[in-house]
Amino acid sequence: MSTSLAPWIILFAPLVAATLILFFGRYSKPLSAGLAIAAAALGAYLSWTLFLSHEPIEAAKFTWLSLPNFTVEIGVTIDQLSKVMLIVVTNIATLVFIYSIGYMDHEEGYWRYFGGLALFLFSMLGIVLADNLVMMFIFWELVGVSSYILIGHYYSKDSAADACKQAFLVNRIGDFGFMLGILFVWLATGSIVFSEIFAKIPGAQFAGPATLTIGAILLFCGTIGKSAQLPLHVWLPNSMEGPTPVSSLLHAATMVAAGVYMLARIFPLLLTVDIARDVIAWVGGITCVVAALMATQQNDIKRILAYSTISQLGYMVLGAGVAPTADVPMFHLFTHAFFKCLLFLCSGSVILGMHHEQDIWKMGALKNKMPITLLCTLAGLLALAGCPFFSGYFSKDLIIAWAVEEQPILGWLSVFAAGLTSFYMFRLFFVVFFGKPKSDHAKHAHESPAVMVIPLLLLSIPAVIGGYGFIEHPFFPHIEHPHHVPEILHIALLAMFIGGLVLGFLLYFKADKDPLNIPFFANRFYIDDLYAWIVKTFQDGLAWVSAWADRWIVDLILARGTALAAVVFGHVLRCLQIGNIQAYAFFFGAGVVGLLYFLIVR
Amino acid sequence: MNLLLASILIPVLAAILVIAGFNARRTAIFAAVLNFLLTLVIVSQFKLDGGYQFLLSVPAVPALGIKFSLGVDGLGVAMLFLSTAVTLAAIAIARPPKANVSWFYASLLFISAGAVGAFVSVDAFFYYMFHELALVPTFLLIGIWGSGDRQTAAWKITVYLAFGSFVLLVGLIGLYLSLPVGSRTWDFRELAQAARIGTLAPAPWVYITLFLGFGILVSLFPFHTWAPQAYASAPAPAAMLHAGVLKKFGLYGLLRLVTPIFPPAITEPFNNLLLVLLLGNILYVGLVTISQRKLDLMLGYSSVMHMGYIFLGILSWTTIGLAGAALMLVAHGLSIAALFALSGELRERTGTLKFSELGGLARTMPKFGLLFGFAAMASVGLPGFANFAGELMVFFGGFSAGKPVVGLNNFQIATAIAVWGVVISAVYMLRAYRRVFFGPPLERWKDLPEISTHAKVCVVGLLILLLIFGFAPQLLVKFVLPAIVQP
Repeated sequence: MSTSLAPWIILFAPLVAATLILFFGRYSKPLSAGLAIAAAALGAYLSWTLFLSHEPIEAAKFTWLSLPNFTVEIGVTIDQLSKVMLIVVTNIATLVFIYSIGYMDHEEGYWRYFGGLALFLFSMLGIVLADNLVMMFIFWELVGVSSYILIGHYYSKDSAADACKQAFLVNRIGDFGFMLGILFVWLATGSIVFSEIFAKIPGAQFAGPATLTIGAILLFCGTIGKSAQLPLHVWLPNSMEGPTPVSSLLHAATMVAAGVYMLARIFPLLLTVDIARDVIAWVGGITCVVAALMATQQNDIKRILAYSTISQLGYMVLGAGVAPTADVPMFHLFTHAFFKCLLFLCSGSVILGMHHEQDIWKMGALKNKMPITLLCTLAGLLALAGCPFFSGYFSKDLIIAWAVEEQPILGWLSVFAAGLTSFYMFRLFFVVFFGKPKSDHAKHAHESPAVMVIPLLLLSIPAVIGGYGFIEHPFFPHIEHPHHVPEILHIALLAMFIGGLVLGFLLYFKADKDPLNIPFFANRFYIDDLYAWIVKTFQDGLAWVSAWADRWIVDLILARGTALAAVVFGHVLRCLQIGNIQAYAFFFGAGVVGLLYFLIVR
Repeated sequence: MNLLLASILIPVLAAILVIAGFNARRTAIFAAVLNFLLTLVIVSQFKLDGGYQFLLSVPAVPALGIKFSLGVDGLGVAMLFLSTAVTLAAIAIARPPKANVSWFYASLLFISAGAVGAFVSVDAFFYYMFHELALVPTFLLIGIWGSGDRQTAAWKITVYLAFGSFVLLVGLIGLYLSLPVGSRTWDFRELAQAARIGTLAPAPWVYITLFLGFGILVSLFPFHTWAPQAYASAPAPAAMLHAGVLKKFGLYGLLRLVTPIFPPAITEPFNNLLLVLLLGNILYVGLVTISQRKLDLMLGYSSVMHMGYIFLGILSWTTIGLAGAALMLVAHGLSIAALFALSGELRERTGTLKFSELGGLARTMPKFGLLFGFAAMASVGLPGFANFAGELMVFFGGFSAGKPVVGLNNFQIATAIAVWGVVISAVYMLRAYRRVFFGPPLERWKDLPEISTHAKVCVVGLLILLLIFGFAPQLLVKFVLPAIVQP
């Protein structure tokens, strides 16, 4: 097979699968799952061949739109960055698709589910491969709609119906910024193609460097939406209404990381605009702390992980704001994708074993009933909490080290967040797997089938070893370590991990209910309520006022005014009465009279 | 026989046969299919770089320079395609009313004939007359076969559109009289040529009169309140034909009689005013749309809102913006037709379109819900559908319009605000979809029948066209580009 076709096959195989599932999926469950898995596995295989070949790759381009001075092509970028991301996306997708066979076995809408997954994979791969901003935006939006479909899988539930709508709308707000950012960058550089933009940056002075800075910050709005950064983070916890494998693939491992991937893609641009980098660092830094605080007081197992995801994405965004190369945040994206996906699939295994109970305070003592799930959870947990020599230890600490060097305030805040991470994860771990069974379901829990357990075991491998040097070099050759890391930082981070573990153990190992009660954290800083109030008061209020004005002012004055004029004229001419056809005839006649007057008399 | 003349006469003849007593539905569908096939023949024979083609010209009133001239360039072909495609969908999906079946179908056919006639005319006088002729059956359809408060709706649309046509006529006469005696003409090509060589130099009032006249016909803010009510009351096929096709008359007119003729010196002073008005369409009408409580009114307002983007593309006076506007003409026509078709089908089933009385319908009618979802996503400009390509081009056109300044010029500010419209349209469309199709199924709608096969075919056909032009917008752009690029 010619290498130049491989990226296109990787990209379009899932779309073909999605289309076939749309038409034929409802007739056969194995067909739906088989098509989706085949497309993902094919992508994974081709991604590895791309990754392992070191020849430069030329791929064909398609012209999507061609006008004088404006061309949008659908082309692919094959470089180290996209190759790594292809590996992450296709491999994790394959495992999650297989896991879904077991998880969704007894669920309704099987074909709809796998069709949505295949559509998602297509869209996500489009973001990864995009070689220009408009193409990335196109797939960015498609990712949004596939997420909408999958979160809304149980659309007959009000909560799921609201959650998918909210996810789409909040993302659209981010996309508004993204679109404007594209326009600004285009204004500043005259191009939308990544390589051309980077080539033109030094000379992009005519529209002023401010245009480029604003453009970069606006593009970052896309990240804020897609990667659920403050203040647009509210949709991600609610997206947990979707089936758990969806949360795992979309809302932990890949889709939400698209925002970080986009920052890595435009990194040469970011390096030239310091203000934008500061904005990015601050948004990421604050998000990682605030989301971690919220996570400490959640009771739904998936929501804890969701806030954890927001917090970890905050680390990556922080990394993009402080590190000198994009490999630093991408390294954490890479390790996080595996261990967070693993944790979500473990939580799915627990939820299935618990007959769809998600409240951790109704679990407990699952250690004997679900031993493999326990071990896999532990692997993911230690990686996430930054236990030395697990994958997250390497990648997260690298970001923190850069943050301490470049933005000390944010750096130390993120150290604190690392302690919180350790704490809330051990809280979850002890409450779910230890102590006494806190409900009947917990007493009768069971381990999941092999089709679910095997992906867990496979994902545990990268979660454990994903941070070592032999991973680092083939995947991230440009990674850089800061030179002036204070000794105390390593000690502090270790202390944070152990502190979280000890505190979690003391408070939660035997707890039947939460000994801590911090409503401010549990209620997510009341941000969700604030937004609900704002939407209700301002948007809907404004909409209501507009509708009122439209009916009673614009319509009344103009419509009735016009009608009145017609009627008055009509009476003057004594040739018509009130009525529609007459009014029409009047104007028509008046027009003809006017025409004749102008043409003949003049 | 001239193919364009044939595509006007086919619906007219069919209407006459229907009135004469032939089976109304079958005859109308046959004519619509025939006309659509004829359009495909015209498209296949059309030469991209050949200017106006399939010409026919018969002097009508020589003293006034009026000729009965037919011909299409790339833009005309695109509009002809839109007209016959939507006509086919509208007539095929129409449910025969209880009374006056033959007149009902004849009216639909007359609207189609009028729309086709307007879009294939090269003579501004006949272009105008064909539109007027198509309006009469539109009023009748709403007034006689409409639902709800159809009298008020019919009355309002009549008054408004008649007024708009009147303003437009004044503008057209103004344009005609701006030509020196002896070279006066209504021919699009000659008018554009005269503007190029400088013999046509209309006064500013002609420009603004034409813009407002066309604007009223296209529901430019604040002259928009007729549209939602009319579409809500109209029978579904009438709403499809007017919102999808006939309303595009005004925008098409701007691309024919305004952008090729008026120089920046005349248009620039009005730019700020018109930008405010079109932002009224996008922002203000967008907000009004959000607070609608009935699906049909919501769709009507959404259609008004989307006109704002097309106005922005036209007003940008850039190649990208004008091509985007042309693309949106077609995309919006197809998507709003699909939405009105579905909301009409829904009303047939439930008898109500109030959000408060609907809910959970995706469970009872999954295919219906899926199709509505596709159409709604097309309407909010999701990539993959033609609407997205059009909006994207309009945004790029708007952002590159006007004079470069330090900071942002008014066009760029207006475009930035207009981009917020993509959020607004997602809000109202997704809210509506959630209220109607998602949530727990209601007991009273448990036995609703799934979408019928013929309705499904119609809507799927429109959606496939939207997807084709969305995946490959260049197919359409290469047709319209030669027609709008200023030589």
